[in-house]
Amino acid sequence: MESPRRLDDALRALAFAPGALVIAGGTDAMVEVNAGSRRDQLARGEVIAIDRVSELRRFRHDPSSASVLLGAGLTYTELMDEPLASLLPALAEASRTVGSPQIRNAGTIGGNLATCSPAGDALPVLSALDAVVHLADASGVRSLPVGEFMTGVKTTALASGELITGIELPVLGGWQGYAKVGVRNAMVIAIASACLATDVSTRSVRIALGSVAPTVIRCPDAEQFAAEHVDWDSTSVEPDVAARIGSIAAGAALPIDDHRSTAAYRRRAVEVLVGRLVRRGFAGG
Amino acid sequence: MAEHFELHVNGVARDVHDAWSGESLLYVLRERLHLTGTKGACEEGECGSCSVLVDDVLVCSCLVLAGSSTGRAITTIEGMSADGEPTDVQRAFVAAGAVQCGFCTPGLVMAAHALLAADPDAGEHEIREALSGNVCRCTGYGRILDAVATVARARSGASATAAEDSPGRE
Ligand SMILES: Cc1cc2nc3c(=O)[nH]c(=O)nc-3n(C[C@H](O)[C@H](O)[C@H](O)COP(=O)(O)OP(=O)(O)OC[C@H]3O[C@@H](n4cnc5c(N)ncnc54)[C@H](O)[C@@H]3O)c2cc1C
Repeated sequence: MESPRRLDDALRALAFAPGALVIAGGTDAMVEVNAGSRRDQLARGEVIAIDRVSELRRFRHDPSSASVLLGAGLTYTELMDEPLASLLPALAEASRTVGSPQIRNAGTIGGNLATCSPAGDALPVLSALDAVVHLADASGVRSLPVGEFMTGVKTTALASGELITGIELPVLGGWQGYAKVGVRNAMVIAIASACLATDVSTRSVRIALGSVAPTVIRCPDAEQFAAEHVDWDSTSVEPDVAARIGSIAAGAALPIDDHRSTAAYRRRAVEVLVGRLVRRGFAGG
Repeated sequence: MAEHFELHVNGVARDVHDAWSGESLLYVLRERLHLTGTKGACEEGECGSCSVLVDDVLVCSCLVLAGSSTGRAITTIEGMSADGEPTDVQRAFVAAGAVQCGFCTPGLVMAAHALLAADPDAGEHEIREALSGNVCRCTGYGRILDAVATVARARSGASATAAEDSPGRE
């Protein structure tokens, strides 16, 4: 069991035991451990707790490039705090919907990305913002667009011996938000979710959906229709345009029936959520 | 693999011997250190009955790896009233009748303390949000919310009503 304070120590420990169980906030990994899995790594004592690696717990805002580099170990509670909540409002909004205070205090954005559940609440935001994922192992660093990092249901491009070190996001000028449907407000895995981010300088709209495909997906048709049909001068939208953007987005969804919901309900939920986000973002003025 | 480490629990250094690598903080608190005030139920972070403070942050101890908690200040329900005197939150729970079977109470008391330490004059919305990770199957929550609201009013000085005078919901 290692509990490194520095990133290079963590990477060295991981190079020594590339199959080790890496634990950040533990809110996904410990559920598995308590259920009796991960026995081999635990039997060998190959556990690396990265929650105290200082480089992973920081963020850097660079106003000149209008970007933020988030350390992978930032918790949802930290993402909800200023100044990050103002720089990345949709991420703060998504963070507020995660689990409960106890889960938000421990769970990290890097853990959400590494788990790569289709329902991960941070992921539609990262997708809509075209996040770049920074990775490192003992021999070097690389970075990948988030869309390439997420390869399937709970599978990613993370290589053995690698850690997610940071997530780079643009600071956009324009409204952005996140919405999610579940059976209740607290402690709920999304049945469907959506992030909408506008960029006023390029007059573009980005829309990403969660829980309706193997990984988070973007909706290029709905994005293009939105960019062409909203009124950028007054930042307003006609009700029928908002509804149309919702229904085009729903067409991009590839939902399934499972124990949480049905494909038909999920598709309808996307239509409602995206329409609602468009109306919020283009409320006029 | 057997692990030996030291935890700081309620201000006291405690040795843990021959622990297995996968033991949660909840397990070590209850089974090795015999601090059974912290309850274990779902062991997947849903119920909040195992809530403790780690460096003053409220977490589910079932989701914390015990061996990674060395050097951190761990506070359990036993540490909230070290001198045996109940805290204002505990007195308010009793006065409001916010306890039935009592299983969820330690976790709820920890969550209430975490809220009120950060936000002494929390309103109803903040209280509901702060307790949303703690499940109670007996009370229906009304009296729990009343108890915490009473403490918030008392601490923020907005009302002179002491916790003991809370009428609860009779
Ligand atoms: C009760 C409960 C409610 C929840 N509710 C929600 C919810 O509403 N929405 C939601 O999206 N999720 C939810 N989750 C899931 C979980 O909280 C999130 O996915 C969280 O972001 C995981 O982060 P973590 O730091 O706890 O990950 P951990 O459990 O520490 O790790 C998860 C996985 O990621 C890997 N990992 C972690 N950090 C890194 C890194 N930097 N580099 C490489 N690999 C890494 C670990 O090796 C492990 O395989 C919930 C979980 C629980 C227990």
